[in-house]
Amino acid sequence: MSETNTFILDDQEIPFTPGQSVMQAALSAGVFIPHLCYHPEFRPHGSCKLCTVKINGRPATSCTTPAAHGMEVESNTPEILDKRRTLVQMLLVEGNHFCPSCEKSGFCKLQALGYELGVMTPRFNLLYPTRPVDASHPDVLLDFNRCILCELCIRASTEVDGKFVFALSGRGIKKHLVVNAESGRLADTNFSLADKAAQVCPVGVILPKRKGFAVPYGERHFDDAPISAHVDEFKPVMPGQEGRS
Amino acid sequence: MPFALETASHPENLKRVAIEPVSRVEGHGKVTLLLDDDNHVQQVRLHITEFRGFEKFIEGRPYWEVPVMVQRLCGICPVSHHLAASKAMDMIVGATLTPTAEKIRRLMHYGQMLQSHALHFFHLSSPDLLFGFDSDPARRNIVGVIAAHPEIARKGILLRKYGQEIIRMTAGKRVHGTGSIPGGVNKSLTAEERATLQKDIYQMIAWSRDAVNLIKQLFAQHLEFYNSFGRISAHNMGLVRADGAMDLYHGGLRARRADGTTLFDHFDYSRYWEVISEDVKSWSYMKFPFFNAMGSSDTGWYRVGPLTRVTQCDFIPTPLADKERSEFMGFANGTATGATLGYHWARMIEMLHAAEVIKDLLHDDDVCGKELMASGKRQERGVGVIEAPRGTLIHHYRVDENDQVVRANLIVSTTHNNQAMNEAIRVVAKQYLDGRELTEGLLNHIEVAIRCFDPCLSCATHALGKMPLAVELIGADGTAIDRLTRNMNDSCSTS
Repeated sequence: MSETNTFILDDQEIPFTPGQSVMQAALSAGVFIPHLCYHPEFRPHGSCKLCTVKINGRPATSCTTPAAHGMEVESNTPEILDKRRTLVQMLLVEGNHFCPSCEKSGFCKLQALGYELGVMTPRFNLLYPTRPVDASHPDVLLDFNRCILCELCIRASTEVDGKFVFALSGRGIKKHLVVNAESGRLADTNFSLADKAAQVCPVGVILPKRKGFAVPYGERHFDDAPISAHVDEFKPVMPGQEGRS
Repeated sequence: MPFALETASHPENLKRVAIEPVSRVEGHGKVTLLLDDDNHVQQVRLHITEFRGFEKFIEGRPYWEVPVMVQRLCGICPVSHHLAASKAMDMIVGATLTPTAEKIRRLMHYGQMLQSHALHFFHLSSPDLLFGFDSDPARRNIVGVIAAHPEIARKGILLRKYGQEIIRMTAGKRVHGTGSIPGGVNKSLTAEERATLQKDIYQMIAWSRDAVNLIKQLFAQHLEFYNSFGRISAHNMGLVRADGAMDLYHGGLRARRADGTTLFDHFDYSRYWEVISEDVKSWSYMKFPFFNAMGSSDTGWYRVGPLTRVTQCDFIPTPLADKERSEFMGFANGTATGATLGYHWARMIEMLHAAEVIKDLLHDDDVCGKELMASGKRQERGVGVIEAPRGTLIHHYRVDENDQVVRANLIVSTTHNNQAMNEAIRVVAKQYLDGRELTEGLLNHIEVAIRCFDPCLSCATHALGKMPLAVELIGADGTAIDRLTRNMNDSCSTS
């Protein structure tokens, strides 16, 4: 590795290979930056804003900003952590997130980040949107109540599965996930439980049916350690070669 | 059955006394008394003032989520709802449980029976029983018991802790776990967990025997009072095993009239609506179940819970508890079996039984088995019934072809006891309040009667005897005549 390809992240020198984003370089070095819409197998999206850092004093999403030599990046500062906490709180009140009875509990990245960032209250008024469940598919349940609009399912269905099953509709606060079928029902698409889109939801929207709560407390994904300690799971599959898997 | 004090003929001319909230019970409730000009009680009602709506918001949810979601009904006996819903969902998925799954669920259930009965007896009711119903309210709570009877309080706390540990090891958490799922369980015991529980179980059995002896002594010391306090004549209903034995996890429904004759026996609970219906009244959010064969809630109401289970089963299938049952049934010519305060005695016999069952299960290798799940032919309708600490608990669901719940009906233990509690407090009101000065001690008699049934009006509001209590006396013209307040520091004041 060239000595010239490094940047400073919270006083730590981070090496990178040309073409890597700040996020990829940090994760490769074992430094966790909170994120929801980023996935190591897909091109960066930059929509959830949780990975926002300050680069040379200016805010930027670390998943979309290429690493450059000599950058000074702030991530783990009280100011930035407070903003990330606020973002998670806004996501939580915007949908209907009832962790106690959600089968994704212990596997959910939004929940894990809530714990990581010390979210203790909703802080904002809960919006309680009306989002009917789509249980029409024989193998998959769609619970739109928990959607955070990360578009990972859209990207996976489009880029990997080639099926275009999901899309976003509406604008602003009314923006929501839809199923690309005339009826709007998942049963009327060629969606399959084996699709990549069925594997990537960071929250509890796309769920295999009849599997909920099969894993006991203590053995769930994030039971052993905070999400920041799971940093290895988020390392780029092929450093510098982000994109389709 | 007489129904005195149910409804006053001219309530508009009466004074109203309200006990709100009722303390040291689970949930929100209030009692109103209507008094005439001579302070004679004309009407007594227990109102359940909270509305939960679980039956409605379960609709549309996937069926596998229900056993976890519905246990949020309660923070004291969530395992009951967890297991009743799981049993209903076992029917939905057509599963016959593996031996390991059934025994783990039984272990979880009897662990809950142990902790809930210990909580109710030691934390909530022993202050009344040990200090007297009229005693200083500042002392009449678990803190007072710890000060005056530290050994009794210690046993109560550790019995509850042991039950909670069983729940944690079988359900994953002490409160609101996930261990039971449609068709089985998601974990069994590890060898270490089993050894840990085995180590203390004989101590738990010994302490449970002590608790039975304590309530037995109290009964013997105050026989006439204990036998007559809030005594009512009631029909009874509960689950029994096929051979007539007590079984708190599974069985058929047995109902007996107040005179002891059988109304139905070993009835398949999956058709419970053929024998039970529910009535509604405008003054309470809690329904009034009754036996269909008796026509209405006015005549067909019944009671459930420990007193019913102990007296209506043919025997208890563990030796120590069965011996205690025999003594209870024969005590004072059998009169204690109809006493409302007999609930406490029966509850402690059940706690002893639970400890014995736990011991037997912990010596069964199946609790460490690995065959956790079963499945079968999918069904549309599922009914799960279990004997919860407070009585018979019914969960009934219909699930559509998309796996979504389309209908839910829950008849919880306290609901079965609704009319029985009303009747008991009317008896107490006539015995202790009619024409006498209103005092905190007298009003507590009414609460004591309610506590016999260990009602769970919901889950989280009991405050160990420090619940603020406000009683207002309002004249027929609506003006406030008197007000008595029990404050958070347990002092009483008039204003």
